[in-house]
Amino acid sequence: MQVRFVNKGNILIASLSGELDHHSAEYLRIKLDMEIIKATVKNVVFDFSKLIFMDSSGVGVIIGRYRNVQKLKGKMAIACANQQIGRILEMSGIIRVVPLFNSLSEAVQWAS
Amino acid sequence: MEDDLLKENGRQPVNSAVIEFQSKSNNEGFARVIAAAFVSQLDPTLEEIADVKTAVSEAVTNAIIHGYEGRQGSVRMECVLYEDSVVISISDKGKGISDIEQARQPLYTSRPDLERSGMGFTIMETFMDRLEVFSKPGEGTTVTLYKIFKSLA
Repeated sequence: MQVRFVNKGNILIASLSGELDHHSAEYLRIKLDMEIIKATVKNVVFDFSKLIFMDSSGVGVIIGRYRNVQKLKGKMAIACANQQIGRILEMSGIIRVVPLFNSLSEAVQWAS
Repeated sequence: MEDDLLKENGRQPVNSAVIEFQSKSNNEGFARVIAAAFVSQLDPTLEEIADVKTAVSEAVTNAIIHGYEGRQGSVRMECVLYEDSVVISISDKGKGISDIEQARQPLYTSRPDLERSGMGFTIMETFMDRLEVFSKPGEGTTVTLYKIFKSLA
């Protein structure tokens, strides 16, 4: 699992690649929390275009970060999830508050 | 009819495999890949393979986090392949589940401190065709996952 960060205005874009499971969740959690503090942004967009697998551990990470972002009255969105990941996100109900978009530009526009 | 298929009804397995590995989180990915490679010999769809990978990942993660609570132990995965289906059992000799019904409730987690979503069993049920859980407190847990590959049935 790898994560790359890009700042775009008041948005932190986190691009994930590889597989997000319980094994990689802790690494991602630490990386995200550090970067959110460092970047001093309140909105976060996840780019899942290169994420090939995610299970419920990933949902736990997203919900945890959403709680932090929400405290700062920030917004969070996800872009480009594959079919397997999309199903898990839908089942979790998280997409009611962290919406899922088909393109990164739509997600960025929504979070701006 | 679906139930009959799942009961195996004396049908002969076409292949089987057993693997045992340490309860380390690195092995979650290992178990997924093994299960995916094993069912691939039937030539199911990529979506069906992804379903199996997801369910195996949840079951193995449960064994590591909840069964052994991070301690060292061994996780056993047994895969039995039929012409158009697979049965995968994942067992640990960990602490066991005292209330299986509660554990299977959507969004229930015994470890909210770990940012667990409580979705593991719900995902296994949704991505597979049937799920059975046997557990004895202090002895361990076996989760059996059944999947019919509808593209082959």
